[in-house]
Amino acid sequence: MNEGSFPILTALIATPLAGAVLVMLANARRPEIAKLVGLLTSVATAALSVWLLASFESGAESYQFVSKHPWIEQWGISWHLGVDGISLFLVVLTAVLFPLSLLGADPHHGHKQYLVWMLILEAGVMGSFLSLDLFVFFLFFEVVLVPMYFLIGGWGYEDRVHAALKFFLYTAGGSAFMFVGIIATVYLARDSVGEITFDLVRLSEDADFATSTGRWLFFAFAVAFAVKVPIFPLHTWLPDAHTQAPTAGSVVLAGVMLKLGTYGLLRFGLGLFPEAAYWARPLLLTLGVVGIIYGAMVATMQKDLKRLVAYSSIAHLGFIILGTFAFTSQSMSGSVLQMINHGVSTGALFLLVGWIYERRKTRLIAELRGIQQVAPIFAAGFMVVMLSSIGVPGLNGFVGEYLVLIGSFLTARWWTVVAAAGVILAAVYLLWAYQRVFHGEPDDANRTFKELTLREGMVLLPFIGLIVFCGVYPKPMLDRIEPSIAELIEHVEENTDFVSPEPARAGIDE
Amino acid sequence: MIAQPVSTFTGPEIGWYALSPLLVLVAAAVALLVAGALTPPWPKGGYAIVTVGAATASAVLAIIQWQNISDDGPSTLVAGAVSFDLSAMFFTITICVAVALVALLTDDFLRRQALDGPEFYALYLVAAAGGIVMASANDLIVLFLGVETLSLALYVLAAADRRRSKSQESGLKYFVLGSFSSAFLLYGIALVYGATGSTNISRVVVYLQESVPLERFDALLLTGVALMMVGLAFKIAAAPFHVWTPDVYEGAPSPVSAFMASAGKVAAFGALVRVLIVALPFYREDWQPVVWVLALVSLVVGSVLAVVQTNVKRLLAYSSINHVGFVLVGIESAAHRAGAVDSGPGVPSVGVYLLAYTVMVIGSFGVVAIASRSGDDATSLDSFRGFATRRPVLAVAFTVFLLAQAGVPFTSGFIAKFGVVQAAVEERSYAIALIAMLTSVVAAFLYLRIIVTMWMSEPDDASVELAGAGTSNSWTGTLSIGLAAGFTVAVGIVPGWLLDAADDLTQFAR
Repeated sequence: MNEGSFPILTALIATPLAGAVLVMLANARRPEIAKLVGLLTSVATAALSVWLLASFESGAESYQFVSKHPWIEQWGISWHLGVDGISLFLVVLTAVLFPLSLLGADPHHGHKQYLVWMLILEAGVMGSFLSLDLFVFFLFFEVVLVPMYFLIGGWGYEDRVHAALKFFLYTAGGSAFMFVGIIATVYLARDSVGEITFDLVRLSEDADFATSTGRWLFFAFAVAFAVKVPIFPLHTWLPDAHTQAPTAGSVVLAGVMLKLGTYGLLRFGLGLFPEAAYWARPLLLTLGVVGIIYGAMVATMQKDLKRLVAYSSIAHLGFIILGTFAFTSQSMSGSVLQMINHGVSTGALFLLVGWIYERRKTRLIAELRGIQQVAPIFAAGFMVVMLSSIGVPGLNGFVGEYLVLIGSFLTARWWTVVAAAGVILAAVYLLWAYQRVFHGEPDDANRTFKELTLREGMVLLPFIGLIVFCGVYPKPMLDRIEPSIAELIEHVEENTDFVSPEPARAGIDE
Repeated sequence: MIAQPVSTFTGPEIGWYALSPLLVLVAAAVALLVAGALTPPWPKGGYAIVTVGAATASAVLAIIQWQNISDDGPSTLVAGAVSFDLSAMFFTITICVAVALVALLTDDFLRRQALDGPEFYALYLVAAAGGIVMASANDLIVLFLGVETLSLALYVLAAADRRRSKSQESGLKYFVLGSFSSAFLLYGIALVYGATGSTNISRVVVYLQESVPLERFDALLLTGVALMMVGLAFKIAAAPFHVWTPDVYEGAPSPVSAFMASAGKVAAFGALVRVLIVALPFYREDWQPVVWVLALVSLVVGSVLAVVQTNVKRLLAYSSINHVGFVLVGIESAAHRAGAVDSGPGVPSVGVYLLAYTVMVIGSFGVVAIASRSGDDATSLDSFRGFATRRPVLAVAFTVFLLAQAGVPFTSGFIAKFGVVQAAVEERSYAIALIAMLTSVVAAFLYLRIIVTMWMSEPDDASVELAGAGTSNSWTGTLSIGLAAGFTVAVGIVPGWLLDAADDLTQFAR
């Protein structure tokens, strides 16, 4: 497909990388040049992704814009990229979030290195979402750790080194399982596929594992992704990493990097080992629901605004896990949609919390009060984003959560009943936090709270635009996500005795 | 009967041309010693250039022989005493690479310490010749000669920094323990000779193949194998025979530590492959579990003990033990098919690992050598505080080497680790493969510790003082580190050619 045409997927990875090299070469004494180059390349990447979005054929199954070149032939490894409805919006989200977070958050020192790491991180995340080769995927999945480690460790807050280390050890430990799992998958599939290949498409079509083998391999992959998501009880790195990371780091971490885990479960967990994924369903559903309730309850108790948002991420990602393993068209489309929604609204929340910190040098809820009176526009922006995170109808968070819940109800009824309580809890912790921070009479420290600046407004506007647009008119997104999801469900049905319930097959917009 | 007439003695046919890589090194060593003693001090870098020239010539000759062997198949030389196969040539080239890189570093080092003279270089060349003999021996006595030639040169080199008492201590420790282990090796060889009636590997194999198990002196042979493994495990510094390594590496001049960690280990692994895979495939069920345990203990000890070190040289010493564990994983997987016509991916993965490791460990010690300035003693972790601001280019190179050692993608270290784990998984040694990857996460932590110290720690008083004079370095050191860093990245991105070459390492001369 698209032979000889512009290799847009490779360009999506290469552009930020080239930007990183250019920034590295820029004069260290003039950070404004580096900033400009960094911003321009990330904007160029975003433009490429928008072009990708525009030329993506909706309704088509399987991968588009595929580019495939042999790389290490001895090991059956090729540079194989492709995009489908599941990864399309994650790619666009990545490309859009990076320039916004570069614009919205100032690192205060070491601009050059900061930009280099950010751009390498962008290339890594892009590569992970685009690769259709297990080896290439693992390369990018691993490489992402290095810039993130340095971003947290170099530009974070008080306890940054500890948090960076915890983040690195957890994720790298998970990846160690996947590393062995990937190689084992390839070698064990050699007989059924006919040769050694790391090609995801061929492996998921032809590979045939013994039941217990498949389950072990699924487990090896699932551990790596579960750490990344993070699924309860592997989540303990997340609050630290999020709280200590610099603002842009938190935005990217919550916005796209956590999605590497949920995306990985969908693409690799379900794609390669449908039987095992079906078998492990009760466990993952339970952990997802535990995550929803646990994340929400702990978030309610937080004193630190950023930590609160971090725990709310655990709850939101629990919904995504629930939707993924409910195996219905609605729930899975809802999950993919929720990945995007969470990226947008939590990304924006972290930006706003970062701006509060810039002004007040504190994130403690108890120190903040009455901001609405002194900075009404700031408060309004915060409220829209917060409502979207709660899942208020008309905003994007509602669509995803609603689809997940309605779809999961058909196949995972009792889990869904419990999960629905999480929606209410989300309202509790977010509204209560909003009330404490923005309502009331401002004291002396908060009286000088600065109103939203123009630059901040310009950054926030796209977020709010996306929040409203996806909430009101999600159809264009669902049109592109659904066919890929349908294909995935078919794949699961072929390999297990699972049958997707009839009403869930009918699609959503009828 | 008392004296045979002289005329009936015919010496074995000596393949001068086939032995040329070895002979070039010996000739250069002799020439350096003689000419160096008789002439006034040579102009700057003169000795190093001759050494690099000899190593390059030797490597080129080995590559030419590679072609010949590929065409004609493996054979033996000097009446079956030396094997002439691709494996021997691969190890020859690796050792030559080590000599060339270390010689450049040494030039830099000796000028800083005002110790310039031909002795270091002559000893490197002699040691390299010994190492090549070890890796290409087809007779256990020849193997022992190689071990002694290498070891004696290394004992002297370790103590060669005459003004530092630590260097003397290191030389003495290495000498006492090293000769002890040589005695084990020799005793083992004697017992194997007693059990099989020959020291020639080809004849040992034939004997073991033909004799009915009942006729064998099993106890004698097994004791011999055990003693040989103890001797060789000491030389490769596999835990629990590793205790000398940190002390010796810390005390020896930094370039010599680089040489010991690279060429010394490569040669010893070459010998281990000869003894275990080539000579004793019929006893693999007996020695394979031992290799498994050695690998496990080395992996764990190397990574865990490295975490608590505060001296960079000791830290690298422990990390080298972890690397030894990885190579042993490769040997363990080669064991599954030892003696078969297609001996599987084990030995090639060992070869690739050793070459990649050689280059990155020399680079690491090279940076340490330059950073530790005149006196060669500023090697504590604290002296690397703020290194990135003092020497940004060196810091980048060091970061590359450390990331490569950690096995981060797009470096040779990742390809090396991937190859070894792949080999292990192909032979279904899942447990050791997983353990290896998990210990590499722990090891990654310690490499990150150095990187963090370089990039993120503010310099304290002691390290500010270091920023003064004494850190100058000449172009030779820079060239060596540059070449090593270039190789590390290049192999990480385009590894095909190396894997191709290593794939042929499966056929041994018998």
